[in-house]
Amino acid sequence: MSLAFPFSAIVGQDTMKQALILTAIDPGLGGVLVFGDRGTGKSTAVRALAALLPPITAVKDCPVNSERPEDCPDWATVPDTDLVERPTPVVDLPLGVTEDRVTGALDIERALTKGEKAFEPGLLARANRGYLYIDEVNLLEDHIVDLLLDVAQSGVNAVEREGLSIRHPARFVLVGSGNPEEGELRPQLLDRFGLSVEVASPTDIDERIEVVRRRDAFDMDREGFIAKWQPEDAKIRDAILAGRAALRKLEATDAILRDCATLAVALGADGLRGELTLLRAARALAAYEGDAAITRDHLATVAPLALSHRLRRDPLDEAGSTTRVTRTVAETFG
Amino acid sequence: MTTGADTARTQRALAALAVDPGGLKGLTFRARMGPARQAFETALRKLSGPQRRIHPAITDDQLFGGLNIAASLAEGRPVRDAGLAEQPSTLTLTMAERTPSGLAARLAQLLDADRGHALILLDEAASADEGAPQALLDRLAFHIEPPEAATPVRLPAAADLDAARKRLPRVSLPDDALPLLVTLAARFGIHSLRAPSLALRAARALAALDAEPAVTQDHLQEAAELVYPSRATMMPAEAEDETPPDAPEPDQSDNADENGEQSLTDLPDDILVSAIAALLPTDILDRLAAKSTRPANAAGSGAGDRRRGNRRGRPLPSRPGRPSAQSRIDPIATLRAAAPWQTLRRTGRNADRALVILPSDIRIKRFEDRSDRLLIFTVDASGSAAVARLAEAKGAVELMLAQAYARRDQVALLAFRGTGTETLLPPTRSLVQAKRRLASLPGGGGTPLASGLMAAGDLGQLARGRGLTPMLVLLTDGRANIPLSGEPDRATANDDATRIAASLRQQGLSGVLVDTSNRPNDAARTIAAALGARYLALPRADAQGISTAVTSALEA
Repeated sequence: MSLAFPFSAIVGQDTMKQALILTAIDPGLGGVLVFGDRGTGKSTAVRALAALLPPITAVKDCPVNSERPEDCPDWATVPDTDLVERPTPVVDLPLGVTEDRVTGALDIERALTKGEKAFEPGLLARANRGYLYIDEVNLLEDHIVDLLLDVAQSGVNAVEREGLSIRHPARFVLVGSGNPEEGELRPQLLDRFGLSVEVASPTDIDERIEVVRRRDAFDMDREGFIAKWQPEDAKIRDAILAGRAALRKLEATDAILRDCATLAVALGADGLRGELTLLRAARALAAYEGDAAITRDHLATVAPLALSHRLRRDPLDEAGSTTRVTRTVAETFG
Repeated sequence: MTTGADTARTQRALAALAVDPGGLKGLTFRARMGPARQAFETALRKLSGPQRRIHPAITDDQLFGGLNIAASLAEGRPVRDAGLAEQPSTLTLTMAERTPSGLAARLAQLLDADRGHALILLDEAASADEGAPQALLDRLAFHIEPPEAATPVRLPAAADLDAARKRLPRVSLPDDALPLLVTLAARFGIHSLRAPSLALRAARALAALDAEPAVTQDHLQEAAELVYPSRATMMPAEAEDETPPDAPEPDQSDNADENGEQSLTDLPDDILVSAIAALLPTDILDRLAAKSTRPANAAGSGAGDRRRGNRRGRPLPSRPGRPSAQSRIDPIATLRAAAPWQTLRRTGRNADRALVILPSDIRIKRFEDRSDRLLIFTVDASGSAAVARLAEAKGAVELMLAQAYARRDQVALLAFRGTGTETLLPPTRSLVQAKRRLASLPGGGGTPLASGLMAAGDLGQLARGRGLTPMLVLLTDGRANIPLSGEPDRATANDDATRIAASLRQQGLSGVLVDTSNRPNDAARTIAAALGARYLALPRADAQGISTAVTSALEA
C-alpha cells in the first residue's frame, strides 16, 4: 500500500472532512454519502482519514479484527491470539463485486480439495471496526447495496448459504461516493446513510492552485510531504481521541431534543432516523470541539449533513435540498 | 491542423508517457482500426517496460490473479495464478468503448494506487455517444484523435528515454507555472483538478525529454496543448472577464527572475489560450451533451428480457461446466456429483486423499435475471400538430419518467424536428437531466419522422449491445413531411417513415405510439401498424391517463 495523502493537507472541502471526522468520533452515526464531481478529492479524503486514525488493537490472526481473543468467532481458526496494533482497516469495495466476496461464502478451495465445510470470510469481515469505502455507490448493483446497508445498520453479517449458517460482527462506517449525474440512489437507501455531503470543485483560482501545488509536492517527495504535515494530522488525531472520550459525558437536554424534533418536523423528514442522527452528529461535533454541552450552534452546523438527504422529494425535483435545510434551520432557530 | 503537427503531438505524448508512465497514467487513442492505429501500435511496441494487452471482458482473476481450479484439483492444494496487473506494467485496453463500469472502477483503483501502472485505451468508438468511461478518461493524461492518414510515429531512442527518465526527478519548476496551468484550466471550464496536475507532470516529462534543467514556457504550452483540449467544456471567455494570471502568488515571481529566466507571468496568456482553442475539436458543443452522462452498464434486475447468467437472479439448476473465472462453482452440487465415485477413485496415488474431485465433476451455478429496460422516448417536436399539444406530450413524458424511476428503467430522449433528430439525453437513470432537457425542448419546423425513427433504431441497437432491452415510446402525430433526404416532400416522407418503421419491427424494437394530433388520424395509425406498436391516442388534458395506458401497453 503506497503512502496516503495527509488528511490535514487537503485544501478546502471542509464539510466533507467534518463529516468524516464525526464518523471517526462516533462510528455509530451510520456512514457518509459523498456526492459530487470527479476529481474533488473524495477518495483522497477517505484514504487519508484511514492513515490519520489511531491504530486499533486486534487479535493477530482473527479474520474480523476482534478486540479480545474471546471475541473471535467460533468458525474461524485463530492460531495466534496475540494482540497486535494495526491501522484502522479501510476496505475498498469495487463495482462489479459478487455477493460471495462481500458476505463471504463456502471456502471452495477447502471444500473441493479436502472436502471440509469451512467459511471464507469476505470484505465485510475485513472491514469490521473500520471503514468500507464504495466509489460510485450509485452504480453498484442494487442487491449489493441493499445487503451492505442492512449489515451496516445491524452490525452483524449473517450468512445463510451453501449449508453454512454463520454470523459475525461487521461494524463499519460505510462511506459511499458518487456522481449524481450518472444515476441516483433510491430514497430508501439514501435514508440509511447517516450523513450526506455534496462536494464541488473549488471555484476559487487560488484554492485550485493550492490543491495542485500540494498534490505536486506530495508526488515529488512523499515522505517529506507527509513528515511536514505530521503535526497537523496529529492535532486532528488527538482531537478525535479526546472527542471519543468526551462523547459519553455529553447529555442531550430536553431543549436540544425538542429542537431536533422541531427541525425534523419543519422539514418533513421521513421517519425518526433523521432526528436520531442529528442528535448523535451534534453530540459528536460538540465532543470534537471540546464543548461542555450540545448547543443550537452544533445542531445548526450538522443539520445539513444529517437531514438534507432525508427530505421527501420528488425524484424529478432538482432544487438543492441543502439550501432548504439551512433556510429552515435559520427560520426555526430564528 | 496539419497531419504533420498531429503526428508530432502523438509522438511527444507517447515519449512523455514513456518517460513518466506512473505519473501520467496513460493515454486514450481514439481511432478505428486503420493505418493510423497501426502506426501508433507499432510505436507502442517500442516502449520499454513490460506491456500487457487486455480486453473489456477480462475477468478479475485474469487481471489481479486468482485460484486456478483445474490445477488446484490436480495438485490437491490451492494453486494460484498471477494476475496481469501484479507487476507495474503498461496495460493496453483494446475496444475501450465497451469497458463495463466494474472494470473501469477497478482500473481506476489500480491507477490511483500509484504502483506505476499506465493504461493505454484504444478507443474504437464509432459515434460521439460511445466512448471509454469518464472515470478512466479523467485519470489519463492524454487524449489523441489521429487523422486518417498514416504517418509513422517515431519515438526517441531507448537510450534517450532512459536518460530523460533519470533527469526527471531533477527537473525544476518555475514558481508561476502552477498558477498559469490552473488559470488556463479554469478558462476552459475544466473542473477536475486532475487536469492541471497531469499537465504539470507532462510539462516536467517534456522538459526531461529535451534535456532542459527546468520547465520552460514552451513546455508548459505544449503540456497544456496535450492535456487540456479533450477536457475543455467551454470556449474561453473573452478578455474582459479574464482572471489576471499574475494575481495569485505575486511574491513568488521574483524568484523566477533571479534565475535569469523570463517570468512566466509575462507570458501573453491569450497566445496560450488561442493555441489550445485551435486544438479544440470543432464539435465541442455537440459533445458536451453526450459527455455529461455516460450510460451506466446494464446492471440487471430490471423489467426487460429474461437472460441467463451465473452471477445473480433467480437460481436455476446447476449444470456441468468448465471451471473458469466467469462462472461460479456450485460446491454442493459438485460434491454431490463426485460422491458416488470416491471409492473407485481412491486408488493408486490418490489413495491417501480424503476426497478426489475431477474437473468433470464441477457444477456451475446458473441464474435467470431480467435485463434493464431502456425506454427510448422519441418526441415529435415539429411545428405541425405538435405545437398544439407539445406541452401535453411533455407532461405525459414526465409522468412516464417518474414511473421509470420507480422501476429503475433507464431512459433516453430523442426529439425530431426541422430536418433532423437530436439526442437530448443518451441512456441514463438520471431523471433530473431527462426532465431538464425535456423542459428546454423547443418546438417548430417540419416533421422528419423517418429520421426520428432511424435514430431510435440506432440507439436501440446500441442499447442491445450493452445488454439493455430497448423499448420505443414514440410521440407523434404521424404527419411526416420531411423524408430522409431532407427535402420537403410529403409523399416520400410517408414512404420513408413506413419503410423505416417496418425495419424497426424487423429488429424487434417494440413499443407504443402515442398520437399527439388533435384528432386521432390514420397517418399515425399506419405508422403504428408498420412498427407493430400499440397505438394510443393522447386523450385530452389527461396526462395521467396516457401514462397509465402506456405503462400497461408496455407491460403487455
